[in-house]
Amino acid sequence: MASTQTSSSPDSLTRLESLHPAHETPDVERLIEFDQVGVSLGGLPVLRGIDLEAAPGDSLGVSGPNGVGKTTLLRLIATLLPPASGSGSVLGAPLGTPRTLSIRPMIGLLSHRPSLIPELTLAENLRHAARLAGAEVEKAEKALRVVGLDAVASRRAAASSFGMLRRTEVARLLITAPRILLLDEPFTGLDLEAQELIGALVAKTTEAAGAVVMVSHDSGQLASHTNRLLSMSLGRLDQKS
Amino acid sequence: MSFWSQSLEIARVDLTVERRLGDTMRIVLPFAVVALLVFPLTLGVDLTAISQLGPAVFWAIGILFGMQVALRQAAHDDQERRDLYALLGVDPAARFAGRTISGAVLMLGFLAVLLAAMIVLYSPRLPEGWVGPVVLSSLLVAVGLTELGTLAGEVTAGLHNRTALASLLVAPLALPLVIGASQTLEALARDASILPWLLILVATDLTLAIAGVGLARPLEEASR
Repeated sequence: MASTQTSSSPDSLTRLESLHPAHETPDVERLIEFDQVGVSLGGLPVLRGIDLEAAPGDSLGVSGPNGVGKTTLLRLIATLLPPASGSGSVLGAPLGTPRTLSIRPMIGLLSHRPSLIPELTLAENLRHAARLAGAEVEKAEKALRVVGLDAVASRRAAASSFGMLRRTEVARLLITAPRILLLDEPFTGLDLEAQELIGALVAKTTEAAGAVVMVSHDSGQLASHTNRLLSMSLGRLDQKS
Repeated sequence: MSFWSQSLEIARVDLTVERRLGDTMRIVLPFAVVALLVFPLTLGVDLTAISQLGPAVFWAIGILFGMQVALRQAAHDDQERRDLYALLGVDPAARFAGRTISGAVLMLGFLAVLLAAMIVLYSPRLPEGWVGPVVLSSLLVAVGLTELGTLAGEVTAGLHNRTALASLLVAPLALPLVIGASQTLEALARDASILPWLLILVATDLTLAIAGVGLARPLEEASR
């Protein structure tokens, strides 16, 4: 694993106004609204009777042990999985309908496994994402500077540390500026500075009237970065505070 | 971003990845040339037979090893990247088109080197005016085989043993390409019309293109 040679300053997120434009998003009261939603994978029920609401400015933390369906919940919110039962909407688009296709670019997902192309450099990965998202390619360089990766921008993803890959993904989220930010175990394997960067991204999204859903084993981290805590057990979601 | 801009961006990145990985030119191609080299050994010293069989062996080996080129993208495609493309707003049909473009470029390069190797190794008696029809049929085979490989990759996405399953899907469906390509040269040698064989190739390519673009979205949604 390569060493992390970064020079990040989360404060630099404040210089991000040009990178973080407000999306033309549907004017809805609830960004996420689920009513008794269930999800099955391979015929097996993974999520059952999920009730969830998130308004603009909300940040939700979901804790729970491995295998209870936290990642599936995030993929459901991202509209990447259809519901098997119940009903719900994300950014006003009913789940399981073609309308979800148009709101997907307003959703940002940080998976627990980085989704970069290993053979491309960190900068190339970002430029590729920017082009596909229809954003200005110049933003890729700016975003890399903000996350402190400008010195290692030409390093291939395959030769980068996990922390660098995570920072690159954060940079991608800065470029796409999602209205709904979904974070899967975002603090795993990150140094303090990178963790602060993710905290700043969460704050930025909620300040821009977006919503954040973060899942983690670490209840302490969730408590310090979100304003509502929930727990999951065996595919069910329970309100904590 | 428009459909074609997305397609070209995906094709560009795919070719960059291939240039750095070298799957096709450094791994598949040398093995295909070795296969060309080994085949005459089974015929002994009958140089006439070797010379006559050259073009047929070229197409057989080209399409067999070409399947590996066509399926290479499926091996690099994971759930995270598919999710990322979906959330970036990439049209699955544009992804299909992009991969077909990059795959066809690679396949064309692969077939060109293989053809040169076949000419050197087999000294075939090629009919007059063979260059144009062979280039055209190679292009049509390259497009068709890549479309088939990309489509098979999409059909098997998310399944265990997808690479083996995709190969099983591609092999029988590639038959019209094998027949069309090999018979084009055969017809030229007999001084017969090559048009019907080229039309088979065009019809196969068009059918696969329509299927690939039309099924891209449903297949992507079903793979999750």
